[in-house]
Amino acid sequence: MLELRDIQVDFDGFKALGGVDLTVAEGELRFLIGPNGAGKTTLIDVITGLTRPTSGTVGFDGHDLVGRKEHHIVRLGVGRTFQTAVVFEELTVLENLDLAASFRKPLWSLMRQRKGVTEAVEEALSRTGLEELAERSAGVLSHGQRQWLEIGMLLAQRPRLLLLDEPVAGMSREERERTGELLTGIARDHTVIVVEHDMEFLRRYASQVTVLHEGKVLTEGSVDQVRADPRVQEVYLGRRASDAVGTGS
Amino acid sequence: MNKTDVMNKADVMKKADVMKKAIYPILVGLLVVAAPFLMDAFRLNLLAKYLCFAIVALGIGLAWGQGGMLTLGQGVFFGLGGYSMAMYLKLQEGGLPDFMVWSGVEKLPALWTPFANPVFALATAILGPMLLATLLGLLVFRQRVRGAYFAILTQALAAALVILLVGQQGLTGGTNGMTNFYDLFAWDLAEDSTQRGLYFVVAVVLALLYLGARQLVRSRYGRLLVAVRDGEDRVRFLGYDPATVKTVTFAISAGMAGLAGALFVPVVGIISPALLGVVPSLELVVAVAVGGRYALAGAVLGAVVMGYAKTAFSEQFADGWLYLQGALFILVMTLAPKGIMGVIKRARTA
Repeated sequence: MLELRDIQVDFDGFKALGGVDLTVAEGELRFLIGPNGAGKTTLIDVITGLTRPTSGTVGFDGHDLVGRKEHHIVRLGVGRTFQTAVVFEELTVLENLDLAASFRKPLWSLMRQRKGVTEAVEEALSRTGLEELAERSAGVLSHGQRQWLEIGMLLAQRPRLLLLDEPVAGMSREERERTGELLTGIARDHTVIVVEHDMEFLRRYASQVTVLHEGKVLTEGSVDQVRADPRVQEVYLGRRASDAVGTGS
Repeated sequence: MNKTDVMNKADVMKKADVMKKAIYPILVGLLVVAAPFLMDAFRLNLLAKYLCFAIVALGIGLAWGQGGMLTLGQGVFFGLGGYSMAMYLKLQEGGLPDFMVWSGVEKLPALWTPFANPVFALATAILGPMLLATLLGLLVFRQRVRGAYFAILTQALAAALVILLVGQQGLTGGTNGMTNFYDLFAWDLAEDSTQRGLYFVVAVVLALLYLGARQLVRSRYGRLLVAVRDGEDRVRFLGYDPATVKTVTFAISAGMAGLAGALFVPVVGIISPALLGVVPSLELVVAVAVGGRYALAGAVLGAVVMGYAKTAFSEQFADGWLYLQGALFILVMTLAPKGIMGVIKRARTA
């Protein structure tokens, strides 16, 4: 479904990505890990059109995404969240979700007032457990709730491929658990790529893992394979596997 | 509590709110209708003028308050509307317009001929600004020009239009612009009854535009506009093109300014470069800020209040107004960034 070939990104001489190949099949849940500066977020930025690669191709469903505008890529069915959980604080939770769900409507039809709640929004509300907060403004949400709202907005868009950038960063243990369950549920009927730093989270919810290091794919495989790989242990500060891939970053 | 309960509760609250809120529109409506009986012809004419400015302000409130586009050049659109109307009025008199005779122009320029048709003149007054705003919007918003850069660009446009108008003496009346209009559709513009009628036309147009703008703000599109204002880059990842959203809004605000200009000319009886340059464009932005840019009513209120304040103050101290206006702007920006409407809202919820 998604095929990255030889992606190179050069930021004024700094090679953020130096020839990444990545293939993700339909229905897969893929974790993308790696130490700071490995190029995980840059890779997501390349797929979603935020960063234009110096060379290489991003194949999605027979389209090459390189050079397309961000909103065109969204329209093809690729959605993403951000590390910082950007939601629209002046709007209510419901309005945030409703906007996300309405992007395929022509502009003139948006000029009519919203009546009721569409199915996609309803589903996003119940999946993220934000029903009670629907009429509250998004500005009052806690960090965890913002992340869920952002994931909910993503779901409301009904994308074919979801890219989540560090969804549990800064979350409490409880919130991580809820996010993990949410993620498991989403992965059941979506193709998902998760960028994550948190090893505990990885161990509990990941199956297929791609390890990035210094802008290149270091290794790929199941969680256990990857954890057993001595090269992976080495890049995580040369510590022993149990320290590094076991107890977190 | 399940979700239907939440919705019902919201509905009940809304009904109580509606009743409370209905008081203000009714009050304003009564005032507007009563005004001709409470004021002499001169004061009523002034009010009609402020209401014309309020229409421009409404557009600024939409573009700036809701959409985050600080437009410092609404005078351009106001001027296009005003000049279109002025050209029609001049041609109604028959013969060559007076200022052309003085400038030694002997034959009516081709640009002028279609403006003898009132429908063409009015359509140009509204659609011309909308078209210009659309072209400008597509050009700059696509390139992701925004914030101060957009503000400066619009201001430069206002300055450029003034230079163009002044330079084309024979075509536009130069620095003096156009004045001495006599009739509008066979009504004598000097008559009090005509002016009263014009006042009502302006008031009704403003009311309709206000209601339309309010509807727009409450629609999904309005929510999207706020989203673009607060996070343009994030909106792209919702699958929308912010450039389109902004361009449409900018065009609507330009159309409002154009219509306001067309109404202004028969009400006030003059259009000149001094009325649409950088300073008048800025004055209206200041008025919107003072009234409260985040509420459409604030924009309208600001234009009327500042209009009155300017007249009242200038009657006493001719040159003091500029300083007072500047001081007021600074005061509002530092103490009440949401303007008069923000203060009212805070007082009501407290």
